[in-house]
Amino acid sequence: MSDQSSTDKLYNWLDSRFKLGAFVDYMSHKVVPVHSHSMFYYFGGISLFLFIVQVVTGILLLMYYRPGADSAFESVRFIITNVSFGWLIRALHSWSANLMILAVFIHMFSVYFTAAYRKPREMTWLSGMALLGLSLAFGFSGYLLPWNELAFFATRVGTGMAGAIPLVGEKLLIVMRGGEEVTGATIGRFFGLHVAILPGLTTVLLAAHLIFIQRQGMSEPLEWANKPESEKTYQKFFPHFAMKDLLVWLIVLNVLAVLAVLFPDGIGVIHWPLGEKADPFAPPPAVIRPEWYFMFAFQALKMLPAHVLFLEGELFGIIVFSLGGLIWALVPFFDRKSARNEGSQLYRYFGYFVLLFVIGMTLYGYMVE
Amino acid sequence: MKTIRLILALVILALSPVDQIAAAESNCLTCHRDFEEDTGPSHKITRDVHFQKGLDCVSCHGGDPTLEDMDDVRESKGYRGVPDHREVPQFCASCHSDAAYMRGHNPALPTDQLQKYKTSVHGELLFGKNDSKVANCISCHTVHEIGSAKMPHSSTHPLNIPFTCGKCHSDADYMAAYDISTSQLDDYRASVHGMALLERQDLGAPACNDCHGNHGAAPPGTSSLSAVCGNCHALEAELYNLSPHKNAFEENDFPMCETCHSNHRIIKPYDAMVGSDDTALCSECHSHVDGTKGLETAEGISMAIAELVAAHDQAREVLEDAIEKGMMTTDEEFRLKEVDQLLIQTRTLVHSYSLDSVLPKAEAGIQKADSVKTNSASLIDEYYFRRKGLGIATLFITLLALALWLKIRRL
Repeated sequence: MSDQSSTDKLYNWLDSRFKLGAFVDYMSHKVVPVHSHSMFYYFGGISLFLFIVQVVTGILLLMYYRPGADSAFESVRFIITNVSFGWLIRALHSWSANLMILAVFIHMFSVYFTAAYRKPREMTWLSGMALLGLSLAFGFSGYLLPWNELAFFATRVGTGMAGAIPLVGEKLLIVMRGGEEVTGATIGRFFGLHVAILPGLTTVLLAAHLIFIQRQGMSEPLEWANKPESEKTYQKFFPHFAMKDLLVWLIVLNVLAVLAVLFPDGIGVIHWPLGEKADPFAPPPAVIRPEWYFMFAFQALKMLPAHVLFLEGELFGIIVFSLGGLIWALVPFFDRKSARNEGSQLYRYFGYFVLLFVIGMTLYGYMVE
Repeated sequence: MKTIRLILALVILALSPVDQIAAAESNCLTCHRDFEEDTGPSHKITRDVHFQKGLDCVSCHGGDPTLEDMDDVRESKGYRGVPDHREVPQFCASCHSDAAYMRGHNPALPTDQLQKYKTSVHGELLFGKNDSKVANCISCHTVHEIGSAKMPHSSTHPLNIPFTCGKCHSDADYMAAYDISTSQLDDYRASVHGMALLERQDLGAPACNDCHGNHGAAPPGTSSLSAVCGNCHALEAELYNLSPHKNAFEENDFPMCETCHSNHRIIKPYDAMVGSDDTALCSECHSHVDGTKGLETAEGISMAIAELVAAHDQAREVLEDAIEKGMMTTDEEFRLKEVDQLLIQTRTLVHSYSLDSVLPKAEAGIQKADSVKTNSASLIDEYYFRRKGLGIATLFITLLALALWLKIRRL
């Protein structure tokens, strides 16, 4: 007994109570494929790491943030100017939010182009899509919380678009805004959404997403279907992949720290200066634009004519985007060729089109400004 | 054909402005426009406020406008023709001093212009000495294109007033007989008031009439300067009235503001105006042996302002550095604005000529400026602290990553 290290002692203590043997045995046999696109496996982990940073910094901000038209702006200014390292926490929260959405997009497109959504991972893809939706909702609801000029008018435009949805639009707009206009009541709703409802839903979905991945393992490339086992290369999940994942997290943490310290208010079009307090009676600023990840949709809707066929342009755009999003989410069920490990050119081109559309519209949106 | 002409006439009549109908009925404009040039009265009259309000030629000149022959008009009932220069004030006053008549046309317009004019230098010379060169109503208001002071083309619009007065007062030959300077317009244009009005078009800046009056125009006397300048510079006037200078100036017949600030060429006040050295204005009257504490006080005031200005400039310099470094400086920027206010207040308190008034305000300003400087310097320290912190954190994370990488390689 005296030869046992303290780690072994702790393990034995836990094993005798929770029967860890089966779990450790399962994890020690878990492997991750090694191939030319292996680097994309890390983007899911990066998204998870940035989400953890979001949660930690969000909780810290929550200690000083006070929702309400009379207190939100003042409390954020207090956080930046008076609270020790408050500026850093806000900068980390904002930067990690933007980087997380970027990582989620890269993760989604890499999964799509490697057809990793194919059977048996349809539910992983669907839960991932839902998590993307939740991430965007986090971004939209968090943008208003400082109650500054830009956030106020951008939220007015953003919620106004929801009002164009047929039948339910008007009611949805009232529910979102807590009235007909963006007011202090809207902050209350967005705050509740941002710190309670969305984190709750995300936790459940994220747990499901991670369980699916752990149960089914990493998807192998399509071309491996016809490869002899001897030509396939794997690495152990523990400790090889896990340690590499940790290394990537450290690199991301470093990048995050540099960005947060050198550019606490963001840089270029990705910026969040506190600026002036929201004034509903002030004229709107010359340029009202959403966050960069909504720019492609915003620009596409802006470019639509007043009427398309018998529909209003904005309504037509919303219908097209909704149908497009639905098709995108249901691709694992439509793409039968990939399910047979054959790969589908049709869906690959559809993916290229969506990727080019998103990048093109985003760039064009900033160029026309 | 007759029906078409009738309809055409009715249409033209319906489209004609009401105020032109009266004129259209008279032959005055028809004939006068035939022989007058484009700048003649019959052409200019359309810009005239009286004409625009519905008055016509007959309203001032009388006579029968339906007659076609000019000689017949001159002999017709009520014809008054062109009044003599000396008759003009009474001529205009026949309506403008008639309160009942004016109520029907422009109830907001005063009816005491003639009364005031009689008290003016112009009026006194005209009525007292029968001087036909002095200004009467039309000298300033023009004739046949008279506009209200709100009309930009009007000679009495604030932007045009200096030139309206300057038309005579800048003309050395014309003014030769009156023994007064003719540099007023040039002086005014170079003054802080003239630059505000004529260059920046700030209609709040005073023109000639704001200090001299308009119909009752006269140079403000020594005793009335307080009211004239104090009308806008109320605080300065109040401080002066409580200061030791008030009695001293009055005893020596020094005009209160003009003694230090001049009259028409009033330049932007500068801090070196106050002090004990030879370049300061104070030394023009005071000396170290004049039995007063004038220069001593001036030196104290000068030093207090100089210290406040230096503290303000230093604070601003450090703050600008903090702003440039991207620090959150909203509070300090707001505090520096308060220092700006205190500096203005201190400079205003100069008019009390009392160290007891100036020093507390200056000290308050210096204290606030110092706090801005200290807080801004802290922000700059914070800026470097953040960078040092980032450097250490980055180094630590990099070392950790490196160690992990080495460990992975050994697996």
